[in-house]
Amino acid sequence: MSFDELFAPMKEPMILAAGISIIVGAIAVVAGLTYFKKWGWLYKNWLTTVDHKKIGVMYVFVALIMLFRGGIDALLMRAQTAIPENGLLNSEHYNEIFTTHGLIMILFMAMPFIIGLMNIVVPLQIGARDVAFPRLNALSFWLFAAGAGLLNVSFVIGGSPNAGWTAYFPLAGTEFNPGVGNNYYAWALQISGIGTLMTGINFITTIFKMRAPGMKLMKMPMFTWSALITNVIITFAFPVLTVALALMTLDRQFGTKFFAMQDGGMDMMWANLFWVWGHPEVYIVILPAFGIYSEIIATFARKNLYGYKSMVMSMVIISLLSFMVWAHHFYTMGHGVMVNGVFSTTTMLIAVPTGVKIFNWLLTMRHGKIQFTTPMLYALAFIPIFTIGGVTGVMLAMASADYQYHNTMFLVAHFHYVLIPGVVFGVLAGYHYWWPKIFGFRLNEKLGKSAFWFIILGFNIAFFPLFILGLDGYARRMYTYSADTGYGPLNMVSFLGALMMGVGFILLCYNIYYSFRHSPRETTGDPWDARSLEWATHSPVPEYNFAVVPKINQLDEYWFAKKEGRDITAGEYERIHMPNNSSAPMWMAGVMFLFAFFFVFSVWAGVIVFGLATLGFLAYRSFEKDDGHYIEVAEIVETERRLGGEQ
Amino acid sequence: MKKKVLILPFVMAFLTLVLSGCQPLMIFDPKGPNARTLSNTIIMSIIVMLVILLVVYVLLINMLSKYRASKQAPDYEPPHEEGSKVLEVVWTVIPILIVTALAIVTVFTTSKVEKKPEGYGNKEPLVIYASSSNWKWHFSYPEQGVETVNYVNIPTDRPIEFRLYSFGPITSFWIPQLAGQKYAMSDMLTKIHLAADQEGSYMGRNSNFSGEGFAQMEFEAQAMSQKDFDEWIKDVKAKEPKLTEKEFDKLLKTSFVGRKSYSSTHLTFRPAPMEHGKHGKHDMENMKDKDMEGMDMSH
Repeated sequence: MSFDELFAPMKEPMILAAGISIIVGAIAVVAGLTYFKKWGWLYKNWLTTVDHKKIGVMYVFVALIMLFRGGIDALLMRAQTAIPENGLLNSEHYNEIFTTHGLIMILFMAMPFIIGLMNIVVPLQIGARDVAFPRLNALSFWLFAAGAGLLNVSFVIGGSPNAGWTAYFPLAGTEFNPGVGNNYYAWALQISGIGTLMTGINFITTIFKMRAPGMKLMKMPMFTWSALITNVIITFAFPVLTVALALMTLDRQFGTKFFAMQDGGMDMMWANLFWVWGHPEVYIVILPAFGIYSEIIATFARKNLYGYKSMVMSMVIISLLSFMVWAHHFYTMGHGVMVNGVFSTTTMLIAVPTGVKIFNWLLTMRHGKIQFTTPMLYALAFIPIFTIGGVTGVMLAMASADYQYHNTMFLVAHFHYVLIPGVVFGVLAGYHYWWPKIFGFRLNEKLGKSAFWFIILGFNIAFFPLFILGLDGYARRMYTYSADTGYGPLNMVSFLGALMMGVGFILLCYNIYYSFRHSPRETTGDPWDARSLEWATHSPVPEYNFAVVPKINQLDEYWFAKKEGRDITAGEYERIHMPNNSSAPMWMAGVMFLFAFFFVFSVWAGVIVFGLATLGFLAYRSFEKDDGHYIEVAEIVETERRLGGEQ
Repeated sequence: MKKKVLILPFVMAFLTLVLSGCQPLMIFDPKGPNARTLSNTIIMSIIVMLVILLVVYVLLINMLSKYRASKQAPDYEPPHEEGSKVLEVVWTVIPILIVTALAIVTVFTTSKVEKKPEGYGNKEPLVIYASSSNWKWHFSYPEQGVETVNYVNIPTDRPIEFRLYSFGPITSFWIPQLAGQKYAMSDMLTKIHLAADQEGSYMGRNSNFSGEGFAQMEFEAQAMSQKDFDEWIKDVKAKEPKLTEKEFDKLLKTSFVGRKSYSSTHLTFRPAPMEHGKHGKHDMENMKDKDMEGMDMSH
């Protein structure tokens, strides 16, 4: 590939502008860090950290940046289709944008946001000092960051993937997609996918082995339950993606024919493998959000969660069913009535446990004392809006009817009605809810609520028209359409809604700055008067989380202790063993980034060098002696005194 | 404030009805038995779903208006409630019954649209092969020995059987007003059964993203009387050239071609793949003298 081809994407003025703004932004960050002499601070406190809370914050930070990247993609798409035969984007550019929009929003926005919140909250909710494998946790984050970086680099160097986020063969094969775009796809997902798989193993171990004494499984907070089930799904589903992507790489770069059109290849095999991972993936991002809503609704209804056992049970059933529905993504492939009938039924069955959850949330509020805080508003908006996504899901599940919805805007509207209220509102609710725990001050409620209204109204205005357009025969992924189709006006409405959402997200970010400057500092560690264990320690949380690990007798132990005037964190201090920081995860992920980057371009020398370097890191870790360190009692006393405000 | 957002979807649903009142949405404006079955299924499911939505919304509005903090005494302590066995059973069993009913409807309607439409007696379906290549549709009429590109004419009083495949990426063949869509793939044949009961011109397209020219991958499906159809066939047979292998290869390579008509089909030298689920058996109508090598579509 010549130099000219390599930077061919830069010939697009808009991409050039994006590229330049990335470079300018990077220079500004580097200059700023140097000017304020913050490099050492950044390296020591963040880049090399193995602290689950800081790793969680970094996940959420990257997720927010990706939210903006994916959001700009979305705005461009809606702007392009706002008027018929618009010339803002050409077909190729539009195809790249909807591909990266899907990839980024699912894999590099929703996933890290969810995993970030799990990182921050789960160890605190179970009274642990960190996750089971802190170093591995750091590596998971850095591999995710490497994957995200790789996908974003593709935009500037070599060309983005453009065969849709589903990358169906043969379109994604070399015959119809000769560039490097889809190599980027395979490697960006592969690297971050490995990180996610490690997160899955890490959190299952953490939740099973590191709960506070007395916290039986059925006494865990609902968010921790959702995290446990999610990580079990991750551990079963992600290996399928790993294999599918490996086969994709073999097909694209080594001439094998797993998914080829001839010589016995099966193009639909990719679709099957993709969705065997892809459908559980939907539940991977949505179940933790259900957990977040459970915490928030119980907290702000000031009542315990209604039907705790059935809430757990329904998540377990959803996780099992999630592996039995993948073929509903291609009813139209032409399998028989029987196959379609079976998958229709399993798909619709998911509505049953989901409905159980909705009713339990509603009944949690009965006899409650509902406070309309920003996180609660998101949770309350979730119920009516997500239910629209849910019932349209049941409509789509009917195979016969799906012959008319498939590949249309109706489908697009449906999954946005599921994923945005289900996941995005969920993580935003969790973000507002747990922010004071991490940073020691609350986000401004007034700004938070105005952002909420912009996002909620914008969302409905942007996506409801798509249901109607879909029923009018508007296929998805079309970069343009003619005026006589009559799709113009509703598309324009949708674009205006998207703009409103954009304003909401800008307000959301401005709120960070505003609250940092003006919000009163927290002293109690429990600003919402909440129920679960993470609120029992100080805000911000000390490195060791709990000076004394509390003993648990029941669900919502902290809540009952508050009512009865007990202090569950009281007790004798002992020195605490904590893991050491390490720069290895970051450098190893950096090396794997370069390995994948050279692999994308089939530059084998680079592949070999950085492949060996990766193995070197593994070997180094095998022989490394690192016993962690102790925090002595005197230091704990001092920290507790400082954070406790001299009480 | 909260109530506004709850009302919003209903306002939008109302708008949908009003809008569809002026000009019916394509899916709800079927012109054949197959599409009509689907339209009715969809309308039925929308009604069921609206009832479910209503239940959830009424419950939510009830909770929000009754149990908001501002309506409670300042010293009110919400009680501890474990859950209710009776309610659990109610909201598990009722949805299961709804799902069961919908599953039965699904199987029934799916098998109905996957068969030759009823009401056409013993009339054999007219077989048309529809194949896609970057970014056009080829229609071959083996019975008549005619082939077209980017338009298809069908008689109204006869059931039609489309047999679909692709010379490249997966596409999805869709004439919304006549039938639901189905994938066209390179390695197996799929089928769509339909019939048109009104003469007219209907939009048909590929709905499955297939690359750069995807948005333009439309065709016109024109339903006409048997008499007009026969006349059109006679016309094509008399006036249009034969489709040679060379011409066809050239056609495959061209991205966009507009409409074309030929007085022979490509099926003789480039037969269709096997039917789905019949791997190992040959599609007897087209592969009489060919074997597996004939399926190689690389070029």
